[in-house]
Amino acid sequence: MWALITAAWAGCQALQGGQVFDGHHLSRADVVVVDGRIAAVGMPISGLSGATYKGRDCELHELDSSAVLTPGFIDPWTHLGVSEVGLESATVDSQGSGDPIRASLRVTEAYNPASIYIPIYRAAGITGALVIPGDGRVSGQAGWVRLSGSTQASAVVEPSVALVANLGGESRAQSLQELRELIQDARAYQANRGAVDGNRYRSFVEGASRSDLEALAAVARGEVPLIVQADRAADIEALIRLADEQRIRLVIQGAAEAWKHAEALAAAKIPVILTPMVVGPGSFDQVHARPDNAKLLDQAGVGVMLRSAHNYNAPALRFAAGNAVRGGLEHDSALAALTSAPAAAFGLDDRGTIAPGQVADLVLWSADPLEIGTRVLLVLIDGELQSLDNRHKALFERYRELPGSPVPALSVR
Amino acid sequence: MIGLLVGLAAAAEGTAPAEAGALQIYEARSLTAIERAPSEAPDPVILANATVMTAAGPALSPGYVVVVDGRIQAVGEGAPPELEGAAVVDLEGRFITPGLIDTHSHLGVYASPGSKAHGDGNEATSATTPGVWAEHSLFPQDPGFQKAIEGGITALQLLPGSANLVGGRGVVIQNVPTRGGRAMRFPGAPETVKLACGENPKRVYGEKGGPSTRMGNLRGLREALLGAQSYQRKWAEYDGKLAKNDAEPQGKKQKKNSKPAEPPKPPDRDLDSETLVGILEGRILPQIHCYRADDMLSMLQVADEFGWQVRSFHHAVEAYKIRDVLASQDVAVSTWADWWGFKLESYDGVPTNAALVAEAGGRAILHSDSAVGIQRLNQEAAKAWHSGLEAGVELPEHEALRWVTLNPAWALGIDDQTGSIEVGKRADLVVWDAHPFSVYASAQLVFIDGVLRWDADRPQLWSDFEVGQSAGQEVR
Repeated sequence: MWALITAAWAGCQALQGGQVFDGHHLSRADVVVVDGRIAAVGMPISGLSGATYKGRDCELHELDSSAVLTPGFIDPWTHLGVSEVGLESATVDSQGSGDPIRASLRVTEAYNPASIYIPIYRAAGITGALVIPGDGRVSGQAGWVRLSGSTQASAVVEPSVALVANLGGESRAQSLQELRELIQDARAYQANRGAVDGNRYRSFVEGASRSDLEALAAVARGEVPLIVQADRAADIEALIRLADEQRIRLVIQGAAEAWKHAEALAAAKIPVILTPMVVGPGSFDQVHARPDNAKLLDQAGVGVMLRSAHNYNAPALRFAAGNAVRGGLEHDSALAALTSAPAAAFGLDDRGTIAPGQVADLVLWSADPLEIGTRVLLVLIDGELQSLDNRHKALFERYRELPGSPVPALSVR
Repeated sequence: MIGLLVGLAAAAEGTAPAEAGALQIYEARSLTAIERAPSEAPDPVILANATVMTAAGPALSPGYVVVVDGRIQAVGEGAPPELEGAAVVDLEGRFITPGLIDTHSHLGVYASPGSKAHGDGNEATSATTPGVWAEHSLFPQDPGFQKAIEGGITALQLLPGSANLVGGRGVVIQNVPTRGGRAMRFPGAPETVKLACGENPKRVYGEKGGPSTRMGNLRGLREALLGAQSYQRKWAEYDGKLAKNDAEPQGKKQKKNSKPAEPPKPPDRDLDSETLVGILEGRILPQIHCYRADDMLSMLQVADEFGWQVRSFHHAVEAYKIRDVLASQDVAVSTWADWWGFKLESYDGVPTNAALVAEAGGRAILHSDSAVGIQRLNQEAAKAWHSGLEAGVELPEHEALRWVTLNPAWALGIDDQTGSIEVGKRADLVVWDAHPFSVYASAQLVFIDGVLRWDADRPQLWSDFEVGQSAGQEVR
């Protein structure tokens, strides 16, 4: 089993004897990967005989029966690559300033594929992430990154999978109205472009540039969802109404009191991104937060995603899921919340599941992926074997032997 | 005068040391209680047929714990002894640990819900405020205390924030519902004090008169300690005069026309200096917020210069770099399993920090510093332990359990009272529905001094804030 960790990973690879979470269910199954894509998954796989799959020679890997293969985990709410050291503003590009409406901002333009966080996330079994811009009324466009690749061109899969907006300020009512007007302005701009460009049209919401309205038009047309942070039930209710009235797709992030509107969220097909570690009244917006929020939402049919609490706390993603299970969420639903749910919510159709034709973003775990003692054995992104080294491990090695300076004196040559 | 002071000491229920000078006796007066701690007399109980993770050594399975008068009367393997009048609880293989202890919490001083009005943790009006006490900011109605006991926390240290070089006194409490902060105090626990080095003080005061640099931080602390030494001398002189006055023969004939000798006048009291003198005298245990290895070494240098002992560094994400020094100086390391990188002085944090400290013979502790983290301190220990195991740092399970039980008890000076399941200790116990190092484990029963304070099947609201929030509304 350990041999495959160092094996070259090309051509045809067959994994046998373990369990597979296909994005929806965990079961005993085998998987064949050919040229970076899932070729087959099943029990047994037709066409696989010995080390040959449909006439092709494969490398055969026998897994422990406790091992679990999952789609690579996806953290749908990070500042990965755009915020390195939180309190050092020179390393932070996630928070814009000034103009409160910056819908045209694409945060992945600042994405740093050399961030030390990326290999740390990867070693925690995370292969993809949404990179989120912060602050403002409309923060900008969230992008999807795969956690491999040394350039923006290779790492940024899709620079605009959602637009991010915030309530709050002096009045929630005012901010909701601003969002409503912005979407209406985006539609008006689309319908009257000639007049607008000829300066023969009414003015728009202050601060909304033409490129902002272009970006908002993608939300108005339903091409990408609008992610809004909201915890309080009343705010969630108002947002559901706004989405219905403006016919836009919505994702609610935070959603601590979302269980109160579980049926309405399910009916409106509005998914949520939860932080299940927060169960107390940490703020006045979370007075009715409860530990079985994820369970109640899932049971009602709401698409549930989970996030790690902080940029610097990557392992928290799978433990967030473990704690959601502790709060009553079905184990399969918790794994789906880290894989197929975010892929579906943000239109990454060829990722997040293990099925024929899907991109091989895969993680092999020694056992239950949500349990603390479980280890990551193998990470594949786009079918490529990833290094599990990171700066944590490098520092550990440097200080493995003590006492004294980690930098030994040199001998004279 | 002496008679009066002795009277004060008596009022303080013997909290002043036997050899106390006048200053210590005044301090003891400040520690008396108006509100009595809740003191239910618990019935004897036997917790049987469990895996007993004592933290003193390997687990006993199946094992039992016998609790009488709030103390652990017996602990062992196999079938429990007969005890008349004791309720026997068959735990059917569940797990018992000592109550978890958090060395670093701001519950009560930054109470939930987070609000301007609840920002009582940093007296950010001066970089050196040793005279403030976290106890006086402690809001017992913080809903976080209930969330903490749901996670098995039985004792914790509440600390001022880290804005100041000397932020004020911490307070070690039992996690019991009370109406005032004083009644939560852990009986007999020593006083503690919060100090901070590195980025925070210089960030907060850099444009408010300083310090604005690390060297400024160190000067600020050393000057404060110099002032305390001078204060200490004044009181020593006063104690000397008192003793001399007292030694005058009572029946000695006064000279004619001479007035009786005036009793010596005590020096003016100064609350800031009193806390610092407590550090110098070793009565107040210093708890130092410090991230970087070199910053910690600088603080050890100051402690050595003034002759006191650092009890625990907090956060200490680079402790692994100086774990040999910390182990040999007997300085505890309160840290996280996986928090790092949010500021530059935390950039070199590694998930193997606690394990490396423990492997070197140091006292590793997992602390929360968070109203969220305190709800799952068992998971923090598990994460740190497994990070070590995966890297090849082999440590037994009971060592990792000590990171949230016996070692924090030591850092707070209460390890003779709690922190492990041993005969004679307070019966601070948690019953878990699964192995406490599993992400799925929840605390089912939590005992403090043998009193059942939490039962997951019979949840009670502790905080007045949460009472009535849904009153009169539709019940779902």
